[in-house]
Amino acid sequence: LLFGVLKDVYASVPAPSEMPSGATVDSILSHYRQSVPQQAPLLKSIAVAVNSEFARLSTKLNDGDEVALLPPVSGG
Amino acid sequence: VANQVKLVRAPIAVAELQQRIRDGSDGAVCVFEGIVRNNTRGRLTQYLEYEAYETMAQQELERLVQQAMQQFAVREVIVHHRLGRIEICEASVFIAVASAHRAAAFDACRWLIDMLKKQVPIWKKEFFVDGAVWADGEPFPAEVKA
Repeated sequence: LLFGVLKDVYASVPAPSEMPSGATVDSILSHYRQSVPQQAPLLKSIAVAVNSEFARLSTKLNDGDEVALLPPVSGG
Repeated sequence: VANQVKLVRAPIAVAELQQRIRDGSDGAVCVFEGIVRNNTRGRLTQYLEYEAYETMAQQELERLVQQAMQQFAVREVIVHHRLGRIEICEASVFIAVASAHRAAAFDACRWLIDMLKKQVPIWKKEFFVDGAVWADGEPFPAEVKA
């Protein structure tokens, strides 16, 4: 899932489908870094949620996990 | 906690919530409303649109409410955040804290809005006369950054 500005920037980038076993949050980010290299700096300030919980780059992914890329928040 | 926190798409029922939260044991109700400003650094805003990662925003807000009630020992908290299109002067967020004494109510209210603005997954897009942009947002605290 993509939110805010990331949804616009990666609108035409297909979501990563087949991830190799042992894939991590960082594997997902690599996919987006490589798809639009000029926007890669955007990914430095984001948070990532796996199944609605904040996760780290090193968090391992399992089948069926919901991964969300969250740009800096601006609620309130 | 679930009925203390709500993400809503209609105008926030501010007056009703302020009535609902009070109890005989309270000595203070502290209310914060975030409202839509008509400009950003001088650029004229027409309206805002908010979106959220709703399941997570609900869950994170419920955690913050629980934490605030423990940390500041206040009796009751209500947080409503509106999503979708919001016009100038309308409330985007409403926080009410009821407590026996005012200091705890003020502190909890301030803490809640500050935490909300740092780490609850909600985003606003600003619509200006001459275009629209996603607001920059606040940098994530190190504890939640990827």
